[in-house]
Amino acid sequence: MKFNKVSEGQYQLNVCGYVCPHPQLYTKKALEKMKEGEVLEIVFDNPSSGESIAAMLDITGDEVMERVKDGGKLTWTVRKRRA
Amino acid sequence: MENIERKNVIWAFVLIGFFSLLSITTYMVHEYYIYLTAYLWFGFVYGMCLQYGRFCFSSAFRDLFAVGVPRMAVGIMIAMVLFGMVSAFVTATGNSTFHAAPYGIHSVIAGFIFGVGMVLTGGCASGSLYKAGEGNATGMLVILSISVSQAIFADIGGWTNNLVPYAWHQSAVAKGLPPAINASDGWMDQFLAGYVWDQPVLLFSEWLGIRNAFAAAYVGDVFVGIVLPAALLLVAVYFIWHRKSWLRKQAEARLPTSGLRVELAGYWSMIMASKRTAIAGLVLGIAAGLHMYVMKGMQLKFGVTNFGTLMKEMGITFGLSAKGTVFDPGYWYVTTQEAQWVGWVFNKLGWNNMDNIYFGLENGLPNPLINPADWMSLALIGGAAVMALLHNEFKWKGTTRELAMWAIIGGTLMGIGSRLGLGCNVGAFFVRVSQGDVSGWLFGIGMIGGAYLGVKFFNWWTERKMAKEMAACEI
Repeated sequence: MKFNKVSEGQYQLNVCGYVCPHPQLYTKKALEKMKEGEVLEIVFDNPSSGESIAAMLDITGDEVMERVKDGGKLTWTVRKRRA
Repeated sequence: MENIERKNVIWAFVLIGFFSLLSITTYMVHEYYIYLTAYLWFGFVYGMCLQYGRFCFSSAFRDLFAVGVPRMAVGIMIAMVLFGMVSAFVTATGNSTFHAAPYGIHSVIAGFIFGVGMVLTGGCASGSLYKAGEGNATGMLVILSISVSQAIFADIGGWTNNLVPYAWHQSAVAKGLPPAINASDGWMDQFLAGYVWDQPVLLFSEWLGIRNAFAAAYVGDVFVGIVLPAALLLVAVYFIWHRKSWLRKQAEARLPTSGLRVELAGYWSMIMASKRTAIAGLVLGIAAGLHMYVMKGMQLKFGVTNFGTLMKEMGITFGLSAKGTVFDPGYWYVTTQEAQWVGWVFNKLGWNNMDNIYFGLENGLPNPLINPADWMSLALIGGAAVMALLHNEFKWKGTTRELAMWAIIGGTLMGIGSRLGLGCNVGAFFVRVSQGDVSGWLFGIGMIGGAYLGVKFFNWWTERKMAKEMAACEI
């Protein structure tokens, strides 16, 4: 698992190779620590985690700005919801 | 539908072609192979459904506790109700292959151990099969771990005999089992013959004292045994995990936020939150019910109650149990066939593991190539692979040291839980609940408790790792 600051207010979480529940747990923890309006790029390759992450973001109200699929690798860009 | 890579389509057709060819050629060898073929194609459908809906019993409870997502809990309840409704007809017409299991505190303990294990591995017993079909090496390692731990646990003796209560020992010996089965030696044997077999067996319809076959199946076993508890569970899930976000969305859209209609609309939105999971649950439930019907039809066609009889008629006697049977559940099952293939390997390596109840008396140790339930599991992996290929989701993925560690520890717990509970999330929970068997819910209660503990542990574990990463980038 790698979590990097890409630029001011932009972060990347790479959980490639991980199976459930790691990707969704790390995504939840990353977003909890980030400030409102900041952007997180999640890179993962476990399809079932995508279902859980999408449902989780729908509940929290965080916005999925982009979903890119490259073979089995998925990259989602998420903006943390402003209250 | 997205563009499917050409090589994925080719591989999907190769797999379908292989299973088709296997079905045809084995039938040409002997018509009895159609019995195995029926298992095979139902396994294939299960695999497709599981992969399509990312259908995993582990995530049902884990995602609720870990990230507050109810989609899979909803999908499983839908599948159980559908399975129950289809199989209730099979039961009411006297065509069921189901046998209820003894219930007791062991069901809850078994479910608890299994629940912790499935959270650690990242997938339940059936979930690991479909993930193996997606090319996931961790899923394959989980299957191996469940298989090995069961094969060992089923025959473990020696010092573990000292852990057996004397009452179990006496009761096991008093059962008067065939001489080939040494019920006085081995923890599992004395647990089964000395404790489990002495426990009561109860269906909801029997508990309610309903005599009419259709009323018993539909009112007792389906409505009281599945629909009512499932609906109540989902009401609890709605109020604890879904309602808050639903009302927030209503407020954002300037729509009403109070009243019964709003609550009912919110409940329905939770049911329909993941159509993919709901559809998978629907097809899975219907297929599981039809599976029972088809297997009973096969048994009536050939005039047998177990595939072991057909094996004998084909001249194959190796691996038959003392009763002349092999594991032939007649419905969806996962773990026993996994124990059997490793048990068969152990046996070939010289381990005498046919003197116990699990293999020697009940399930046998047939060659995996002619084991009915093994055909189902292999085809389940194949079906999941086909679905993954057709969605460009198939990818060979190795494992890491960390994931391998969780796969082995969790898989071992799942193996032990399965044997104590006489089944896994499918055999001991999904199937039994869907048939109105009281022991199914007891296993489920334990499984939910185990999942909660597993999530607590993983929360602590990931928090530690995340804190390290975040400290490095000063967030």
